[in-house]
Formats: sequence, structure tokens, C-alpha cells
Amino acid sequence: MIVELGHFALVLALLVAVFQMVVPAWGAYVRDRELMATAEPAALCQLGLLLVAFLSLINAHVTSDFSVANVVANSHSTKPLIYRIAGVWGNHEGSMVLWVLILALFGGAVAAFGRNLPPSLKANVLAVQASIAVAFCLFILLTSNPFLRVDPPPADGNGLNPILQDPALAFHPPFLYTGYVGFSIAYSFAIAALIEGRLDPAWARWVRPWTLLAWMCLTIGIAMGSWWAYYELGWGGWWFWDPVENASFMPWLAGTALLHSSLVMEKRDALKVWTILLAIVTFSLSLMGTFLVRSGVLTSVHAFAVDPRRGVFILAIMTMFTGGGLALYAWRARDLRQGGLFAPISREGALVLNNILLTTACATVLIGTLYPLLLEALTGAKISVGPPYFNMTFGPLMVPLLLALPFGPLLAWKRGDLLGAAQRLMLAGLLAVVVLAMALAGLRRGPILAPFGLALGVFVMVGAVSDLAYRARLGSVPLEEAWRRLKGQPRSAFGSALAHFGAGLLVVGVVATSAYREELILVMQPGEETKIAGYTLAFRGVAPATGPNYRETVGLFDVSRGGEAVTRLEPSKRIYDVPPQPTTEAGIHAAWRGDLYVVLGDAQTGGGFAVRIFFNPLVRCIWIGALLMFFAGAISLSDRRLRVGAPGRARRLLNAAPAE
Amino acid sequence: MTPLPHSHLWLAALLGAMLASGPALAVEPDEILPDAALEARARAISSGLRCLVCQNQSIDDSNAPLARDLRLLVRERLKAGDSDQAVMRFVEDRYGEFVLLRPELNAHTVVLWLAPLLVLIGAITVGIRALARRASQTAGSPSLTTVEEEKLRALLAEKDAAGD
Repeated sequence: MIVELGHFALVLALLVAVFQMVVPAWGAYVRDRELMATAEPAALCQLGLLLVAFLSLINAHVTSDFSVANVVANSHSTKPLIYRIAGVWGNHEGSMVLWVLILALFGGAVAAFGRNLPPSLKANVLAVQASIAVAFCLFILLTSNPFLRVDPPPADGNGLNPILQDPALAFHPPFLYTGYVGFSIAYSFAIAALIEGRLDPAWARWVRPWTLLAWMCLTIGIAMGSWWAYYELGWGGWWFWDPVENASFMPWLAGTALLHSSLVMEKRDALKVWTILLAIVTFSLSLMGTFLVRSGVLTSVHAFAVDPRRGVFILAIMTMFTGGGLALYAWRARDLRQGGLFAPISREGALVLNNILLTTACATVLIGTLYPLLLEALTGAKISVGPPYFNMTFGPLMVPLLLALPFGPLLAWKRGDLLGAAQRLMLAGLLAVVVLAMALAGLRRGPILAPFGLALGVFVMVGAVSDLAYRARLGSVPLEEAWRRLKGQPRSAFGSALAHFGAGLLVVGVVATSAYREELILVMQPGEETKIAGYTLAFRGVAPATGPNYRETVGLFDVSRGGEAVTRLEPSKRIYDVPPQPTTEAGIHAAWRGDLYVVLGDAQTGGGFAVRIFFNPLVRCIWIGALLMFFAGAISLSDRRLRVGAPGRARRLLNAAPAE
Repeated sequence: MTPLPHSHLWLAALLGAMLASGPALAVEPDEILPDAALEARARAISSGLRCLVCQNQSIDDSNAPLARDLRLLVRERLKAGDSDQAVMRFVEDRYGEFVLLRPELNAHTVVLWLAPLLVLIGAITVGIRALARRASQTAGSPSLTTVEEEKLRALLAEKDAAGD
């Protein structure tokens, strides 16, 4: 019964979305305030209905209702509660429901908090949001309905792929989708601006915080996926340039560019037309991410929906929103006037460089990901585009970006002083050179370019700190005065410095772990010892164990360093009950200088076990860097000036502004 | 254990590949060559070869039986004295261009390799032209109405008051 309720709510949500797509937009066209105002309750109603649909699906999974096909296919009665809930979005149908729910959440947020938006802009924005909802609700109901029953119901379900049964992966999709779908706000605002033929000043103030929120969630979502791959897939890699990873990375790159260009637009009223284009492109890449993963067009670890009918449907959606958006842009963008003059050497100029490099990097990933598909479709020739291609093309683009990054925040708007900025970066440059010299002298192995990469990361990190120090006039005013000035800085200044610091840290982690990883592959007999990166590992043998829904063989490794016990690592080989799949669980000891990473292999015919041991230096910096970027976004978002969408602030604005 | 029919073996290999984390370790201890330099070359070569039954994995990372066969093949060729290029060509001749994770530069892939450079040149050109246009413009008149100008000024004043 509850399942039917959810099904019905989804159909109703579709109908409400159709209404919301047509009536407010028509109202904006004929300038009828009553019709425009219908967008607001419609958006909230749509949100409520989708919430009912989603909760009823969660209920079916939690109560293990095996009369529902979706539950049968993806759940099992012995599955722990958290994975029964996470299993809702761990499958194609359920994840699509989550997708539209998040879309409706963002639409509802615009409806609820957007009281200070001009009515016609708001009506158009919500109408565009609704058109996306219509497309995806139709997609769910016609090709991927999670509410269908099976008759007769089986006694139990098929279970969730055990490698997906993991806390990081449980929350990976919601963050990723919030990121993808969050860019829909930027898209809807862009389309609304093009429809109206003018850019309201509210535009940039609205688009930036929502883009920031989406970007934060996408950052943490991608980081979680990478973290999961690192410890779960058992070979210690953290990024594979897999098409599905690229699918989420492309919107991130474009979104990062959008974040920076909307900054120029907000502060300087420049790059407006470009920002609109970037907003369309970013959301289109999010749609493409959904398409690539959901259509099964790629064959890769994550793509679990393999059904061409769905692929064609999503391709149609993508063509409509990307093609339609770009066509509208080509038609109307000329009507939007460019503004804001600036010299090439200026904060704006630096952000233009940022956008040039980020969009090129994004295009490179796009080309590398789609090229084999297009080539096969056009000529039938099958080629592979793997990590070496991306490392050779994407890598070099990051070098000038990172070199220029610390200069950007130190340049003034309109006309900057490059020499002055360089002087303020003396310390950063000096420390980078010291790191370079130490790495060149101390690390006698690894690629010759690696020390330069480390130095670049340090340059970015110290450069970010220098930015704050300069803002506080540290060194030229007394310490208390500098502290007072630092405290007086807007939170967005801390946000950008922290995000840039995180980016530098990430670079250091990436370079260190890629270039200086140590590895041992050997057969170990119980009682045997081996050494890696200063650690001594003593293999004590294996022991059987059972978990809630799996059995495992646990290897026992006592780790010591310089004669002192450090930890005991227990890597294991698991067999899940349903479905009966084997997985490996790595034993990981995390320390500041790096991770000790042990994987237990098969029992050997001659006795003993195959063991693979890695030392991944500074690998944590990668995720800590991403985490810092996430928090940096949160700090910026908490800046009062950005919270134009908050209700309290909106009311104050409304009171302050004379009635129109 | 009775041997599986061939088609089942294939299926099992595919399943193992999809799992991406079977019980095995990818490179097994018994595969490793005693000559460290030769082994290092073998690892470098295998990380550039695609596991054909896997989803986007190199044979160096894959647990699939076919990947193991290819790893052993690479090591055999190296022991026989082949150069890195000769080993790569040997594998490519048997399994096709698809096996190479780093696509070769040929008629098929010239667009792939040139595209990033062309995009970069295009993006820089557009950027420079936009900058030049901006620099040559005398004054930009914002497309705002007077009412909006007023509102904007009020907002900016408030922003300044907040301490920028």
C-alpha cells in the first residue's frame, strides 16, 4: 500500500512539474503576477510529493518488502540497516528518484528563500527547474520505475553487490548528486536570463552561493569515491581515469571555472556572457555524467544499469537541455551587454587565465573519455584511452594553473601589480625552492619531475598563507594590529585561502604517492617477517571470522618500527553470503608520512600466503586536501554577504527596499 | 573439480573482472622475475596494457586470468631479450590496438592527440581577444535601469559597511 502511495506521489509530482513548467513561464511572458506566483507553491508541492515517493521507497527497502521488484533485485533481509537504506540509491531506479528529489529540493529552496528575486526571473527559473523534473520523472516512470511489484514475491532478495556495502560508498551518491543537480540552479538562472534577455544584478549574487554549494558536495562526493576505491578495491590506487570517474570530474572542473568566473561577475560585472555559457556547460556535463553512468554506454566498474532503452532516453534529455540551452545562448547572448573593464594583469585577468586552463583541462578529459566511443561508432575501430593519455595531456595543463594560482588573490581588481604580487610570494617561492633542493638531493628514486611537482604544491600552499598574511599586513604593522586586521577579513577570504591551501596539499599528496610509492609482492609463511619503508611486518598466520552477512579469512600482521610495536593489521578475504562474492579488505595503518597498506592474497600450494604490501607516502594529503576544499566552501558560504538567499536576510532586504 | 565448459570460464573471467577485487592480488608472487631490472620493465609495460576482459583496468591491476596470462607473456618476451617496444608490438599484433592504454599516434588518433593543444590555443585566442577588446573599449555602460543602479549602489554601500 505504501509503495502504491509512493508510486502515485511520483505520478502526481510529474503532473505538478508539468504545471510548474508551463504556467509560471506563460505568466512571465504575459506579465501576469498571479500566474507567475503559482511557481512557488508548485515547487514546494512537487518537493513534498517527491519526498513521499522517496520515503515510501526507503520504507520498502527497510522493511524488506520483497513484493517490490527493486527491493528483490538490490536488497536482502540480512543486510545491515544502513545498507538497506543506502541500497535505495545504490541501484539505478532508486538513484534516479534521489536525483529528482534533490532537484526538487533545490527548486524548493529557490521558491522558499528567493523572496527577493524579481518575480519574472523567479518564475522563469522555477519553470526551467520544473522542465528538468518533468524529463526525469518521465524517465523514471517510463524506463526505470522502482515501484513495480513482482508476483509471486520471492522469499528473499538478491542482495547488494558487496563491494558497494561500505560507509563511504553509502554516502558517495547523495553528495555526488547534490553536486550534479546543484548546478541545475546555475543552469536554470542562465536559461531564465537568456529568456528574459537581461541579466538582473540578483543573478550573480544568487548563482554563486548555489554553485558553491554544488561544488562543495561534488568535491566531497568525488573524494569519497576515490577514498573508497583506495581502500576497497585492494590495489591502493586512488584515481584511475575511469570514464565514470571522469564523468564526475568534468562537471567539477567546469564548476570550478564557473565558481571563479561568477566571482568576477559578482564583483566586477564582467565576464557575464561567458559565465552564462559556463553555467549551461557545467550542468550539461552533469547531465552527461548521469548519461554516461546510467546508459551503460561505458563498460566500467560502476556502470550497473545496462539497458540501451534508458540510454536513448537520457541521451534525448541531454540533447534537449544541452542543445536547447546552447541554441538559446547562441540566439540571445548578443542581447546581454558586456561590462566591467580591466587590464590583462589584474584579478580579473588571473581569473580569465584560470578559466582558460580549467576549461581546456575539462575539454581534454571530455575528448579522452568520448573519443573511443565516437571512433567506434563512426569507424568501428576500437582503441583505449587510458591513464597515460590523461597524465600526458591533463598534467601539463595543471602546471601553469598551479603556478599562477597564488598570484591571483594577490592582484588587485581592474589593474594589478605583478611585481608586487611576486614580492609577496617571495617566501612561498623560497620554501618551494628549498623543498625542490631537498627532494632532488634526498630522494634518489622516482621520476625526475616529481620534486618539481612537490615544490609546486608547496608553493601553492605557502602562497595561500601569504595571501592571508598580506591581507593582515603581517610584518608591516604591529602583531596585535595584524591579528585585528586578520579577524576583520571577510570569511570568503579565509575560504579562498583555505581552498587554495587544500589544492596545494592535494598536489603534494598526488605527486608523493604516485612517484615514491613502495611495493612488495611476496609469499609469507606464518612466523616470517618482512621490511618496508622502515616498518617490520611479522606475519602471525590467518584466522577465520564471521560478520553479519559474510565469512572471512583474516591475516594477522604485527607491525613494528625500530623495535617498537606500532599496530596489528588484519587484512582479510571475505565471502559474502548473498550474493556469494569474494572481496578483499586491506589492512591499513595511517601515519603522517604515509599509509602502510597490506592485502592478503591466496593460500599458496607450497604453504604460506601471497601478500602484497604498499607504502603510500603522504597519500592522506589527497583526501585531507579535498576535505579542506569542502570546508573552505562552507566557510565562504557562511559569509554574510553570500547568504542573500537566507530568509532573514531576504526579509530585511525587502523591508529596506522601497516597494516597486 | 571438473573443468568448466569454455563459455563458463569466459563468464567467470568477466565476473571476476567486474568485481575488480577478487581474492587474488593481480601480480602474484610466482610471476615476479628474479631480475629486478627486468621485473621493473615488465611492470611498466603491463601498466600500459589493457586487460581485455576487464572494465578499464590495466593487466597490472587486474585479477582476471587473462590478465595473468598476458603478464606472463610480457615477462617471457622480456626474458627472451625483446625490447620494451618489441614486447608492446608483440602484444598489439595479437590483441589489436585496443590493448594499448596509451593510444598510438596514427590516422585514427591524430585528432585525439592534437585536440587538447587546439582547444588550448583556441581558448587562449578567445581570452586574448576578449582582453584586447576590453582594453580598447573606452567606457562600458552597464545595462541597468536607474532603479537598479540605485539598488546596486545601496547594496555596495552595505557591502562596504560590512568591511570588504
